[in-house]
Amino acid sequence: MAEEEFTDINGNSISLDCQTHSAFCREFTVTSPKLSLRKVMVYTCFIWLFAYAVFFFTENTAVLSSAIILTLVGMMIHIHFVKVDHETLLIIGSLGVQLSSSYASGRESTIFIEMSKLKDIVINEAVYMHSIIYYLCILIKDPTDPETVASVVPLFQSSKPRLNCLVQVYRSCQEILAQTR
Amino acid sequence: MVLKIFFPQCCNTADSGLLVGHWIPGHNSAVVLAVIHYPFIPGQVKKYLSELQSQTQVDLTVLGSWSMPKEGKEGMDSFLKDLSTIFPQKCWLQLSREIGKRGFICQVVQNNGKLLQDREQKNGDEGSEGDKIILIHYDQRKVMLSQLHPVQDVGQKSDIEHSELRLVFQTVAHSQPLFFLDKYDDGPLKLTHWQSEGREASIIAELLKQASVPVCIFLTWLLSLWHWFCSFRILHLYPVLFISSKLSTCVQSGYRAVHFKTVFSPKKAATHMEFMRKANIFVSFLLDIALGLLLISWLYRENRISKLADTLVPVADRVAKEFFLYHIHLWSSYIHLMSPFIERILWYVGLSACLGLTFALSVLSDIVALLTFHIYCFYVYGARLYCLKIYGLSSLWRLFRGKKWNVLRQRVDSCSYDLDQNTADTTLFPLQLFIGTLLFTILLFLLPTTALYYLVFTLLRLVVVLFQGVIHLSVDFINSFPLFAIGLRICRPYRLAEGVKFKVLCQEPGTPLHLMMEINPLKCSSVLQCYRTPTYSCYPKDSWAALCKKLFVGELIYPWKQKTDKTD
Repeated sequence: MAEEEFTDINGNSISLDCQTHSAFCREFTVTSPKLSLRKVMVYTCFIWLFAYAVFFFTENTAVLSSAIILTLVGMMIHIHFVKVDHETLLIIGSLGVQLSSSYASGRESTIFIEMSKLKDIVINEAVYMHSIIYYLCILIKDPTDPETVASVVPLFQSSKPRLNCLVQVYRSCQEILAQTR
Repeated sequence: MVLKIFFPQCCNTADSGLLVGHWIPGHNSAVVLAVIHYPFIPGQVKKYLSELQSQTQVDLTVLGSWSMPKEGKEGMDSFLKDLSTIFPQKCWLQLSREIGKRGFICQVVQNNGKLLQDREQKNGDEGSEGDKIILIHYDQRKVMLSQLHPVQDVGQKSDIEHSELRLVFQTVAHSQPLFFLDKYDDGPLKLTHWQSEGREASIIAELLKQASVPVCIFLTWLLSLWHWFCSFRILHLYPVLFISSKLSTCVQSGYRAVHFKTVFSPKKAATHMEFMRKANIFVSFLLDIALGLLLISWLYRENRISKLADTLVPVADRVAKEFFLYHIHLWSSYIHLMSPFIERILWYVGLSACLGLTFALSVLSDIVALLTFHIYCFYVYGARLYCLKIYGLSSLWRLFRGKKWNVLRQRVDSCSYDLDQNTADTTLFPLQLFIGTLLFTILLFLLPTTALYYLVFTLLRLVVVLFQGVIHLSVDFINSFPLFAIGLRICRPYRLAEGVKFKVLCQEPGTPLHLMMEINPLKCSSVLQCYRTPTYSCYPKDSWAALCKKLFVGELIYPWKQKTDKTD
């Protein structure tokens, strides 16, 4: 429904999409920038030129074929396990929260956290190297002591949106949590 | 509060009737398990439900009514409303579908007659005080067969309240007797549930199940014979016990006997973990036998055994002739004595692979240990000599520096060279110093020779230890790998569930929120961690630094100690 210009903490532009399915069910999708063709071509050319230089000195064709295989396998591993296409947060009042990451190859990995385990959704600060970043996270209750926080699940870890995007998501989530607690 | 209704997908197109299910205590939700069709007699319905309740310990009740309109059948609505008086409930659900619409319409009638329904709210209304409804569709067969992880034992009395999803899964799993009667049976009641989509059964699976009980009883009897044989007094004498604890073949066969006891017990597995353990051990054992037979077929094909025997005799001979003469003489005469029999022995020993690849590997490890026993002896001699020399050298070195090892305090103290008797420190006379110097010089010049012998024997011993270690690791791997669990994860991923996934189905105005609940299978790494069969062997306790220090000083190393207790 609403799409504005957001950036992540490194300056790349991302997009946020909010869908309201019902009064107590909302879905937020943060889309990362896609795999850049230029970068892929630069890497491939670099590796293949290097392999050709080695072949020029050693006269061994195994170097060339291993470079090709390495590039292909590396690319497959990257798009299947590393490159995240979009991350989704689906919040269903009084049922729970579902986090899902969808990778560039189409693979989806999903976690569902029930409402009874969820203490709160908050924005935390973290000191990361030389900068301070904000991240949205879910606080999980300790099963034996409902007042203490057992663990923290950070959201949107791959896309890392900035504070303006996080605040929008935070406000919507808090509305639903307040309604249906 | 939001009302959640878990609705099975198989009942989406069922004919009109009554909804039968269970209200989840503590959470505002209901699980629909089946639909009873018209015509029915209310008294029979109540009797059937109370029978099932005593069988399954699940509180089954009539939740409401289900109306599926068909052309020509009108006027069901008023009939449906009257039913709520026959089956008194605190909450009566009325689910219905309309022709042409995909969503369900849901009305909830509370006990005091107040009608609540899910209608689209106009903008500007403050949030309604009434309940909202979520309809969650689930695949009944998959949820029934699935096991939610982390597995919690039934007998465990936990203070922790069970989560809603766990209760839903438990309810569906425990209501199996409800799914025996179907709408195609000639009974008084016609039900629709997952079995109505078509029964799944296989003649072979049923026959195997029937045949397995007498087979298990027979095998248990055989096992008891084996245990009786093993409990002979003669086998418990100290030398036999010591040797059998060192030979990995005996350890592996004892281990297998314990496994068989678990697998072949005629009692059905009570909990999920017991069932998975039995299945894992059984499948591992089958794989073991298959690999062993494969090894036999490869080994015996081109007369390899005789070739092996022909190469082994001169190699053993040559290896023996490179070391200390007295031991070698004994060893080589033993080999010459045995050489006509080696081929026969190898042939029969190779056949032991039909008991499993792990057995063959254990036998190989034991043969290597026996053949290289002289290397072990030489290593011990060299290590002891070297250790003594290093100890002597360090002690004499301390003497020159004026320090002494304090045994009481386990530390190095200083001692002076004063001849004054009144001081508390110990004194050293020049004569002692002179003898100390002599000894030190002798030991120092003998050091390179001893060190070299020690180095050679230690390297050889390490090579043998490495080889045995690799064999033990692979035996351990075959023993502990949960093949059945991994196979289940790949072929039937819904059986092992880490959690659930929800998908929002398309929205139509006027209908409540529809969600599709799917099972999120367990990750492969969690499967391995959760279902690994516990093994006996343990990994080396020393870190690399400690190992290097021991080698330098000359202490004997035993990296692969077998533990007697089970470790996970």
